[in-house]
Amino acid sequence: MFDRLNFPQPWLSVTLFVVWQFLSNDISGASLVMGLILAWLIPQLTQGFWPERPALSRPWRMPGYLLRVLADIVVASITVARLILSGRTPKPVFVCYPLELEQPMAITILASTISLTPGTVSADVSDDQRILLIHTLDASNEQEVIDAIKNRYEKPLLEMFQ
Amino acid sequence: MSALTEYTITALLLIGGAFTLVGAIGLARLPDFYTRLHGPTKATTLGVGAIILASVVYFSFQGEGIGITEILITAFLFLTAPISANIMAKAAMHLGVDVMEGTKGNPWEQ
Repeated sequence: MFDRLNFPQPWLSVTLFVVWQFLSNDISGASLVMGLILAWLIPQLTQGFWPERPALSRPWRMPGYLLRVLADIVVASITVARLILSGRTPKPVFVCYPLELEQPMAITILASTISLTPGTVSADVSDDQRILLIHTLDASNEQEVIDAIKNRYEKPLLEMFQ
Repeated sequence: MSALTEYTITALLLIGGAFTLVGAIGLARLPDFYTRLHGPTKATTLGVGAIILASVVYFSFQGEGIGITEILITAFLFLTAPISANIMAKAAMHLGVDVMEGTKGNPWEQ
């Protein structure tokens, strides 16, 4: 029994513990104990779903990346809002995006970023995890979308995960 | 609460409301399923973001501390919105939903 009293994913456990403290209105004995139980239990239950431990080699670049994504969300939301209000018919494109990232975790972050920034939704990833299918709301050609995503998001992620 | 704070909160609420409205208009106006997917998922990002920011400002000036709960709401929303969009797109491809005329490229059949 005691050999299961470990924390297979220390960072996940720390995050869960801290988030639980925030969710409880104030920090008390009960919330600390419950936080510890959750920090132990959830990684145990989800262990089978993590293909491998994600390795961030330069985690300090993450805040800068998040700020850039937030700024892009604001700019791109305005573009999409203008398109919707202008009444013009959009020119949607299905883009097959060749992935350079290899780690599942990194691909997930890239796909989520693409979905969060307005005008693009990641629809699917190929079975061999080399191509990402992206639906773009309004673009003149495929290459333009690929270049934009490659330079703005995939390069910083490659630096973070390699 | 000073007048400036009140104006900031009002502006944030109006911006949030405006983007949510535009998202709803997009849902009604855009021609096919895939383009309609863009309206609501995107409106939530900026619309809800602005409204939550207004809530953070309001409760900070009420003297109840900075609203960490609101930040958590934003974080959870940003984690879940792409996944729901992704699942809906996959479901649409699986069902072979019609694509609007003039769309370049094709959805996959996996």
